[in-house]
Amino acid sequence: MMVIFRKPWLWAWIAAIGVFAVTIAATAGASAGGLAQAAFTFAAFSVIVGLGQMFVITLGPGNVDLSIPATMTLAGTVSLKLMDGAEEMVLAGIAIALGIGVAVGTANYALIKALRIPPIIATLALSFIVQSAAIWTNRGLRVKPPGSLADFATGTVAGVPHVALVAGALTVAAWVLLERSTYGRRVTAIGQSLPAARRAGVPVDGVRLQTYVLCASLAGLCGFLLSCFSGGAALNMGAEYLLISIAVVVIGGSSVAGGNSNVPGIWGAALFLFLVVSMLNTYGFGAGPRLILTGFIIIAVILAASARGRTAAGG
Amino acid sequence: MRLTADMIRLAVPFLALAALLGAVFWLQPRAMSYTGLNLLFNLAVPIALATLAQMFIIAVNDLDLSMGAFVSFVACVTATFLNDAPLVGIAILAASIAVYAALGVVIHLRQLPAIVVTLGMSFVWTGLAVMILPAPGGAAPEWIRAIMTVKPPLVPMAIAASVLIALVAHLIVARSSLGVLIRGVGGNERSVARAGWSVLRARAAAYALAGFFAVLAGMALVGLTTAADANIALRYTLLSIAGVILGGGEFTGGRVSAVGAVVGALTLALAGSFLSFLRLSPDWQIGAQGAILILVLALRLGLDAMERRRAAR
Repeated sequence: MMVIFRKPWLWAWIAAIGVFAVTIAATAGASAGGLAQAAFTFAAFSVIVGLGQMFVITLGPGNVDLSIPATMTLAGTVSLKLMDGAEEMVLAGIAIALGIGVAVGTANYALIKALRIPPIIATLALSFIVQSAAIWTNRGLRVKPPGSLADFATGTVAGVPHVALVAGALTVAAWVLLERSTYGRRVTAIGQSLPAARRAGVPVDGVRLQTYVLCASLAGLCGFLLSCFSGGAALNMGAEYLLISIAVVVIGGSSVAGGNSNVPGIWGAALFLFLVVSMLNTYGFGAGPRLILTGFIIIAVILAASARGRTAAGG
Repeated sequence: MRLTADMIRLAVPFLALAALLGAVFWLQPRAMSYTGLNLLFNLAVPIALATLAQMFIIAVNDLDLSMGAFVSFVACVTATFLNDAPLVGIAILAASIAVYAALGVVIHLRQLPAIVVTLGMSFVWTGLAVMILPAPGGAAPEWIRAIMTVKPPLVPMAIAASVLIALVAHLIVARSSLGVLIRGVGGNERSVARAGWSVLRARAAAYALAGFFAVLAGMALVGLTTAADANIALRYTLLSIAGVILGGGEFTGGRVSAVGAVVGALTLALAGSFLSFLRLSPDWQIGAQGAILILVLALRLGLDAMERRRAAR
């Protein structure tokens, strides 16, 4: 029992379950199933980008990928344009979305390495260019996704949304990658001390390149799924995922300074962030108070997590 | 006189601005006039002020992801309360600066990641702004409008104001003991504490200064646009970070330059105009800012390498 209370991801889950309970209390439990389904659907998108951001943040201070929204938008736009509603182009669409991710990730790390600039600035500068490319390709775009894809993205199996299953599978893969693979151990080692990792023979550049490519590919995949889910690509579709991708990692109990991350917390945090908004909706808050309370709750969770970190460190 | 590393660092943003300005003049010689310059740099003043605000946060090794939301909030307060009931407006703006100082205190005492706290605050500021102005509207107070549209002799308002702002900020950052203390916290927090200074106070002061300059940015913005809405300045978060880095600042170590930050902001503001003179599609406006950012950083890398070679000799 004590072991589980030390888990950093626990708090995000407790917060999510608490908010869920408060929300369904308002409707006397009538909407529990529907709410859970919606929460898992929308959390899935946050989880997919959050996993990528987690690997990047794990690399250590200053590592964060700000190009996620632009990559999502470009991948969603280009893949829908390529498929043009045709069923037989589905695989090509997925391939181009992932391809865009690989390209953006490679370019990100090329900038970081070649110009020796902080990742925040490199990914920010590149995201401006990617966003412009997305605006340019998106001009007048009114393409719907192929019917089968739209059905898949909005469908459920035994009550579980398909996108949540995809995100779940990716989560398991990410956990194995982080906790059980050489690559994951190397990412964590770099995050704890880059010079030490280099002395220990970790191929630092290779690992960091792979991480940025992984993150951007997940963003590409998320953009693809999101545009299929919402029946088309929009220019602002990635915008909110910049803050969300960082928030789910940190609220999920991963260290913002890197070197110490956990996967389960991302799900807890993603569910929590969605449920907070729907709770405030249920209780009839307007857009303004809803945003204010969301902000305060995020800060409160961080405060609670820091208090926990203190007691853990002290005793 | 030998060039120091800091001077080279500061030369890069000036070179970038000069090159960009030269390109604009070459494309459109008519811009080389009082009115032309005024139009080119019109929106630069609020961006420069927001960049300076971000600079104070970066000086203590933190990062403010709520800058755009906060400037939008200030713009909404300026266009409503400050116009209709000046005393209430002033009280709200003073309170919001106090909130910034309090954030610095909380972040320091609880050792919280500033990125996440400001992320949460960005929701709060946007929420407040939406409540004040659910739809775009309001009106700029007369006196702010008058200040922002004043036409001084010889030099356009935007440039005169930028020089003045840069000078004041430079005095605070580089010449005052508070500025040294703030940069010291960024450089080595522990040694500042060991020397008997209060790191807590320094961080609170840095955040309060950031809040103060961000309030000025929001007021200046409304003076130019004459109305506000809750999302008016959301791009300022990223622009302000980019401006600080363009101006030779670094994320860690308390290495920031006020003059550089203002020049960096001017460069970013000019990038948009440059593109429209090139008759490139407006689709690529944002992209051009990214490209210019990358080019300037490449230039800085080259100069840094030169400096190191010379130092090694």
